[in-house]
Amino acid sequence: MKIKDIADILNAEIVCGFNEINREANYCFASDLMSDVLTIDKDNLLLITGLSNLQTIRTAEMSDIFAIIFARNKEITEEMKKLAEDNNMVLLKCKYSMFKTSGILYKNGINPVY
Amino acid sequence: MQFEYKIKGGDFSEAGTISSKLKKILKQLNIDNKIIKKVVIALYEAEVNVIAHAYNGKVNIDIDTEKIEINIKDKGPGIENIAKAMEKGFSTATSKVREMGFGAGMGLPNIKKNSDKLDIKSKVSEGTNLKIITFLNK
Repeated sequence: MKIKDIADILNAEIVCGFNEINREANYCFASDLMSDVLTIDKDNLLLITGLSNLQTIRTAEMSDIFAIIFARNKEITEEMKKLAEDNNMVLLKCKYSMFKTSGILYKNGINPVY
Repeated sequence: MQFEYKIKGGDFSEAGTISSKLKKILKQLNIDNKIIKKVVIALYEAEVNVIAHAYNGKVNIDIDTEKIEINIKDKGPGIENIAKAMEKGFSTATSKVREMGFGAGMGLPNIKKNSDKLDIKSKVSEGTNLKIITFLNK
């Protein structure tokens, strides 16, 4: 599914990375534990998280994750945005919980990693 | 090709800056993406470890046609029991480290998973040396 369609079904705000919103994401992982995110070897992976800090973006950078959905409208700082932009990453801000966000994406055919 | 970087203990905003630089260098060298991911994840975990546990550290990276060798040397408390530290789930991390999304006792096992050769030497009250080797033509 294209990132822009994911933003649509989640009523999510696209914070940055507008050039990448036509990219497809096939798999998704939801976690606040960055150590766990770093153990996944999957391409075109999407991350749902409630952890909003610079290390969330760094973790995505190292894991080749090109899109992050911040659940529960978590604040995205300018520093996070800049780092994401430097790495051609899309950041989405969604008011739903991690559970609801995951449920909607799962129902719409996004695959789990495990 | 050799590079040297310094790490300051406790400075979480800097965690990952060396891995990020290395990722860009390896991309320029046209190294396979799967190898790049392994190398930068191992180094990122090691950077987080130094920042979380040590006072300061030094990273030396040596890239040749056969392998990427990374040495991370820190001054810090050292690891009392390396075998224990290699167990998944064992952690001595503070709550601050956990707030950053780390400290679940997964770092060293993940470094091992993402390296072809890992050598750890540590002295309590002095520091820890990590040597991570990744072969380019396996």
